[in-house]
Amino acid sequence: MGAACAYYCTAAGLRVEVVERGAIGGGTSGAGEGNILVSDKAPGPELELALLSSRLWRELGAELGAEALEYEAKGGVVVAGSAETAEGLRRFTAGQRASGVHATDIGPDELFALEPRLTREAVGGAHYPQDAQVQPVLATAHLLRHARRRGARVHCGTRVTGFVRDRHDAVIGVRTDSPTAPVRHARWVINAAGTWAGELAGLAGAPVPVLPRRGFVLVTEPLPRVVRHKVYTAEYVANVASGDAGLETSVVVEGTRGGTVLIGASRERVGFDREISLPVLRRLAAQAIGLFPFLSGVSLLRSYLGFRPYCPDHLPVIGPDPRAPGLLHACGHEGAGIGLASATGHLLAQRLTGAEPDLDLTPFRPQRFAEATA
Amino acid sequence: MSTSPFTFSFDDRAVPAEDGQSVAAALIASGIRSWRVTRVEGRPRGVFCGIGVCFDCLVTINGSPNQRACVIEAHPGDVVRTQEGAGRADLAC
Repeated sequence: MGAACAYYCTAAGLRVEVVERGAIGGGTSGAGEGNILVSDKAPGPELELALLSSRLWRELGAELGAEALEYEAKGGVVVAGSAETAEGLRRFTAGQRASGVHATDIGPDELFALEPRLTREAVGGAHYPQDAQVQPVLATAHLLRHARRRGARVHCGTRVTGFVRDRHDAVIGVRTDSPTAPVRHARWVINAAGTWAGELAGLAGAPVPVLPRRGFVLVTEPLPRVVRHKVYTAEYVANVASGDAGLETSVVVEGTRGGTVLIGASRERVGFDREISLPVLRRLAAQAIGLFPFLSGVSLLRSYLGFRPYCPDHLPVIGPDPRAPGLLHACGHEGAGIGLASATGHLLAQRLTGAEPDLDLTPFRPQRFAEATA
Repeated sequence: MSTSPFTFSFDDRAVPAEDGQSVAAALIASGIRSWRVTRVEGRPRGVFCGIGVCFDCLVTINGSPNQRACVIEAHPGDVVRTQEGAGRADLAC
């Protein structure tokens, strides 16, 4: 997220410094799958953001090199296991199509043509050609590389410890734990601290409720191109939007350029607990085998986990914060941060240079949570 | 360690081995240095770390691909084959 902001802000002619607590892509970005999805979003402001992002990622793929980012416009396939689910999915895609999503309702024959190894129990589904993927760490690194070429300075291993305020209490920079760069002055500060963005916002006295939702991803041994699309069950959409605190798993299976197949996606609210949960991994594996029976004969190499930064209303926080003039937020994108990073960076760059943003940022305003409780 | 020699096959050739010897050690002792070709460029691979960490020495044993030759003991009658790429060509579609 920070890298995308730096990329678009330097492209717009702004001078940018990036303060990164750890290593590039080492926090929230590197712990995901690099999804660029429109398929899992219902009509509304997040879908509009996703559609703009999808277009911008395609442009980034052309500008930075699709190979370099491992950008693949592989398309998504959503699978329904029952007639009832298929019917619900058809209603969902109709609404998406009305909002500009390319979504085709398909039957079993078309499903098996798209994904020959798919379970024969699938009764129908939908094809989303706009869904794409990048390798998130590569994407982050290349965005920053281009930002640096345009003059951005990047401070890695440097933690923001507080904000510098002027006599009108406006934010005019950050304090860091770096002995060589303890204070960085800036006209604007963007909070793109991923799952730790709530903590950072708190330091500025402008709290936003960004909370961690833990997700595991399984990685198989490298295989030939067996899984061609991003394939998931129709139940995934319901889980993404769910407010349930308990464990939810709805499997997402996809091949990668490297040959490994990635299996997600669990969602649990357990704070920042990094303990591996074998029952969760088992459940993901079983669901993946349900979707692609051949996986029962494939070995897993490893698993990884990440903390998806979610807000209670499942919308990201994007834009200037009136409670702390000079501070802007780019956070709370939950499991869609890579996908939505391009539009978020682009819109903030427009906002900061006085251009009319391509999308209205009002639904994403940071003070909305305070309004709700007022 | 007891030493009762036996043989297993590697690409249809008989390779002598002893009890407790790894597949990789037996292959090396027979002058065979590579038993996998890489997925992308088809380059030869054999033992690199030799201690089960690097996964460079993967090979197909009794039909199962991606076995680490350096940590798997050879058994009489094993059928070991050079692994082409991911070794899962059967799954391609």
